[in-house]
Parts: sequence; C-alpha cells; structure tokens
Amino acid sequence: MQTKRQKIKDSYLLYSFRRDKVAIVSATILALFLFAALFAPMLAPYDPYDVTSIDIMDAEIPPSWMEGGESRFFLGTDIMGRDLLSTMLYGLRISVAIGIGAVFLQAFIGIAIGLASGYLGGRVDAVLMRIADVQLSFSTLMVAIIVSAIVQVAFGVGRYEQIAVPLLIVIIGIAEWPQYARTVRASVLGEKNKEYVEAARVIGLDSKRIMFSHILPNTLSPVLVISTVQVANAVMSEAALSFLGLGMPVSMPSIGSLINAGFEYIFSGAWWITFFPAMLLIVFILVINLLGDWLRDVLNPKLYKG
Amino acid sequence: MQLLEVKNLEVSFALRQGDLVALNDISFSLGKKERLGVVGESGAGKSVTGFAVINLISKPGKITNGEILFEGKRLDTLSEKEMRTIRGNRISMIFQDPMMTLNPVLTIGTQMVETLQAHRKISQKEAEAVAVKKLERVHIPSPARRLSQYPHEFSGGMRQRIIIAIALLTDPSIIIADEPTTALDVTIQAEIMDLLQELCNSEDMGLMLITHDLGVVAEVTERVLVMYAGKIIETAKTSDLVSNPLHPYTRGLMNALPGHGTCDTANRLQQIPGTMPNLTEIAPGCSFHPRCEHCQDICSSEVPQLRKISGNDSRFVSCHFAEEGWQNG
Repeated sequence: MQTKRQKIKDSYLLYSFRRDKVAIVSATILALFLFAALFAPMLAPYDPYDVTSIDIMDAEIPPSWMEGGESRFFLGTDIMGRDLLSTMLYGLRISVAIGIGAVFLQAFIGIAIGLASGYLGGRVDAVLMRIADVQLSFSTLMVAIIVSAIVQVAFGVGRYEQIAVPLLIVIIGIAEWPQYARTVRASVLGEKNKEYVEAARVIGLDSKRIMFSHILPNTLSPVLVISTVQVANAVMSEAALSFLGLGMPVSMPSIGSLINAGFEYIFSGAWWITFFPAMLLIVFILVINLLGDWLRDVLNPKLYKG
Repeated sequence: MQLLEVKNLEVSFALRQGDLVALNDISFSLGKKERLGVVGESGAGKSVTGFAVINLISKPGKITNGEILFEGKRLDTLSEKEMRTIRGNRISMIFQDPMMTLNPVLTIGTQMVETLQAHRKISQKEAEAVAVKKLERVHIPSPARRLSQYPHEFSGGMRQRIIIAIALLTDPSIIIADEPTTALDVTIQAEIMDLLQELCNSEDMGLMLITHDLGVVAEVTERVLVMYAGKIIETAKTSDLVSNPLHPYTRGLMNALPGHGTCDTANRLQQIPGTMPNLTEIAPGCSFHPRCEHCQDICSSEVPQLRKISGNDSRFVSCHFAEEGWQNG
C-alpha cells in the first residue's frame, strides 16, 4: 500500500493544507477540542453528573488564579458547585454529539431529497422543492421551540432529560435539511446533462444506480463544504435553544445551557460561569468555519482568495 | 435475417407549437459485420436515429410510428426494464466526446466492472479479468495497471479506446458510434476508425457510424444513408455514392469536401448555400428545394418519394430528377 500512502502524501489537499497557517492552527484546535470531547470522562478532574461528589458549599468559587480561588477547581465552579472545567468538557461532548448527529441526519434527508428532486425533475422536483421552501420558511428556532415545548409537556421534565439529545438531533436535523437538498439539487442539475450520465444510461444502468454511484460522487464537494458550516450551525442552534431553556437540561448541560445557567449570575460577579463556556463556543465555531472556508477554496479552485 | 431492421420509423417531439417530426419514415437495415454510415448536417436527425434504435429518446420526444426489429424482435414496444437488458448489452453506443463520457470520479476499472455487473452475474475478479482482456483488445498497454486509474490520467485517444472497450465488454452485436472521432485529431481518428473496422470483422458486429464526415464514411463504411431534415434522401453502397452522388444535396456535400493536394485559390471549396431549415418550418414539397440549384416548379409542390434507381438494386434517391443527367451540367 506504499502507493496509496504516496498518493495521499502528494495530494493537492495536503499540499495546500501545509501552506495555509490558518488551516493548520484551526485544525489543531479543532482536533484538540474533539479529542477533549471524546475523552472527557478521562480528562475531566470531576464527574459533573455524579451528584454525590458535588457539594453545594463549593458553589461560585472563582477561577484558581483569582482571589478566593481554590486549586481544586482550575476554572472555578458553577452555582451548583460543579467544577466548571469538567462541566465544560462534558458539555462540549454533548454539543459535538448533537452537532454531528444533526448534520448526519440533515445530510441523509437532504441528499436523498436533493438527488431525487434534481434527477427525476418535473412534478417530483416541484413538490419536493416546495416542501423545502415551506420548511425553510420556519426558522430552526421556531420548529425547535414548538417541538420541544410539546415534548416537554408530553413526557414531563424528568423523562425529557433522557431523550433530550436524540430529540435535539432530530429537531435541528429536520429544520435544516433543505440546505442540503438545495445544494445537492443544484449540482445534480449541473451534472445530469453531462455526457457521462447519458453514457451510463446507454450502458443500461438503472436510474438508482446512476443517481447514487455516478451523479452523487460528483456532487460531493459542495456537500463537504456545507457540512462544515452546518456542523457549526447545528452547534450554535443547540446552544441557542439551550440558552432559551429549550435544549439540554441544567443537570446534563451542554455548552449552551451552561452559558444560560451562568448568565443569571453575571451581575452578582460570577462572570466565569458564562464567560469560559462562551469563549469555548466561539472558538469552536470559529475554527470550524475557518476550516470550512479553507476547504471551499481548495475544492473550488475557480474561487480566488480575495 | 438482418441484425437490425428499422421500418418506417417516425419520431416526433411534442412542443408547445405542436408536434415536431424529427424523423420521418426512416427505413434501413444492418447485417452482421456490416458497416453502415449515416451522414448529414447538424440537426438532420442522425443522432436521434441512433438513440431511437436503443429507445432512449429524451422527453418530449417519442417514437410515434414504425418498428425497430433487433434479431427479429420488436424493440420499440419493450418495457424500460426489458430494454435495459438489450441496451449496453446487445447494442452498445459510443459518443462523440471521450473527455465527457467517462465519469471523472470513478476509476475506469470501477466503470467497466459496473457495466459488466449490470448485465451479467459475475464476480468482481472475473469482471476485472474480462475488462483487462477488452482493454488489450483495443490496444491499451499494460491494461491491468490501468484499471485503477482515473479518466483524467488518459489522453483523448486512449479514453475513446477505453470507451470502445466498455462498449465491447458484453460482446454486443451492434455498436452505434455517434461521431466517435469528432473530438479527436486526425491521426488518432484514423487509429480509432481502423480499430472499429477491425473489431467489426473479428467480433462479428454490425457498426452504425453516425458522422458528418464523408471522408470517414468513404473509408470505413460499406453502405451509407444520407439524411436531410429528418428524412433519408439517398441511400447506396458507399462506393456508388462517392463516385456518383445522385441527390443534389449529396453532391453538394461531396463538393464541400476539401480535395487532396489542391491549394490554389481559383479552386475554392464549394458550399451548399443556406442552412438546413428549422424542422418546424419545412417548406412544402422537397425539403431541400430552397437550397437546391436545380430547383424546378414541381420541387416546391410535390414531395419526392424515396425510390429505387433503375439498374441498381441497392440505390434509393428521393429527388424528382435523380435519373436525369443534370449532374453533368
């Protein structure tokens, strides 16, 4: 497999990555974050879900370098006395899981619908795209607010905690699939009149085969680019929902719900509870978007950097 | 029995302005090892004829009349599913631009194996072996290594040979080549034509060569159909047609070929004045009459029938004055 390795080594992707400092830094930070999120249970000094280890007496301890800070809690504690660093690591884990899960769902629905819509055309196209338009005319937040309010009432707040993660994935996934459907449809429309598609038809392949193994691979580069942006969007949507109190419950906080929880105490001086999670969120979204920009430039050589 | 027989084929496109008849009363046949040329200007209906044979006319077009018989079986009435077992399997088609007809993101091995697997129950390994054999057949050097390469790693001539190899994968009885060399330069063109000719003989295939290049037709084919505005206006053995074109349009096409070795300005290339009419506004009578230098009154009122020319069984012309000696004047 020496050749394959060599191929990767020689590829344009890697070449341009190496020459782009922004991309390298972003990728490093993102890798660090993902690593931290994945191994949060091992890295975090405390387990924020373990009620027995939390002492309310530790509440609102400032970061360790400040006056009144304790070396036990590097970034201080929140209002319940949880170690903020640990809670943030666990929160990042939840945010990332929701973001990636939602994007997979969006991509799955959006690609299937976009492909069918673009390839089959005619009435199918018209109906599917109108559905997408209708979906887009509801904002993500509105869908989320309605659905999670109903679910919270239906299942009760206690049960809600258990289904919050998959529920948020479904909500954000369903709210944003038209982005994928439109992007994929546009590229399918460009691809389907190319001669190789006609050639595939002449060879005697059926439509399903042509759609999935011939057209789809040719539409993947814009999909890849919007995927990065969509992960960032999904994480932000989740944070926004949680900030509004409709996302993750405080007992199992994501980054967004941490920001929300700390926000009430910002005027009483406990600024760190909101500040550190907010910084984490900003940096996380920023590096994903920077990487997305880089990817877009690489995959679309016609776009020059201004 | 002929390999392919097309009888009174009519194809029309349903447009907003009404039906546009793209092919009108087309009949021809193709035998084993036979090489048939189809020539005409752009828009004459050459490619539509090719697509009609494999029943792949894009919407809003459809076959409105006539029948297509392949080995005695009707093709035009087959369902899409049944048609797929013929298309690309028993009848293959090669297109004009080899840069465009291969999928850029799949290796040629993938594309070849996929074609085979669409028509035969065959394992990946076996399919690859067949692919290698066919690549060898079209003179691609070190074919086994080539399977893992992408289309952009090949030159234009090689790609066209790969496309021919793909067309050959399932040992088809007929290959329809739609301007297979238009996008290639002249030396490569000769290579590809030689290859097609050679394959026709060795694999017992019928070749339907669609082109606008009478030079290629003269070199490769045995029989030729000349099409104009969706009709066959002359059909003959290639040698007869080239030495003595009877229809004024065919004559015009022949005159428009650059001669060999002449370079003097006095002997300028002759052209047929005007362009082919839009199919929605064909003049009554002979569709060629507005451009014909020998046009008489009858030409603008009566449609000439495609009729046999006395003394030659294989020769049909649709011109009122085909037998007359105007071609010398």
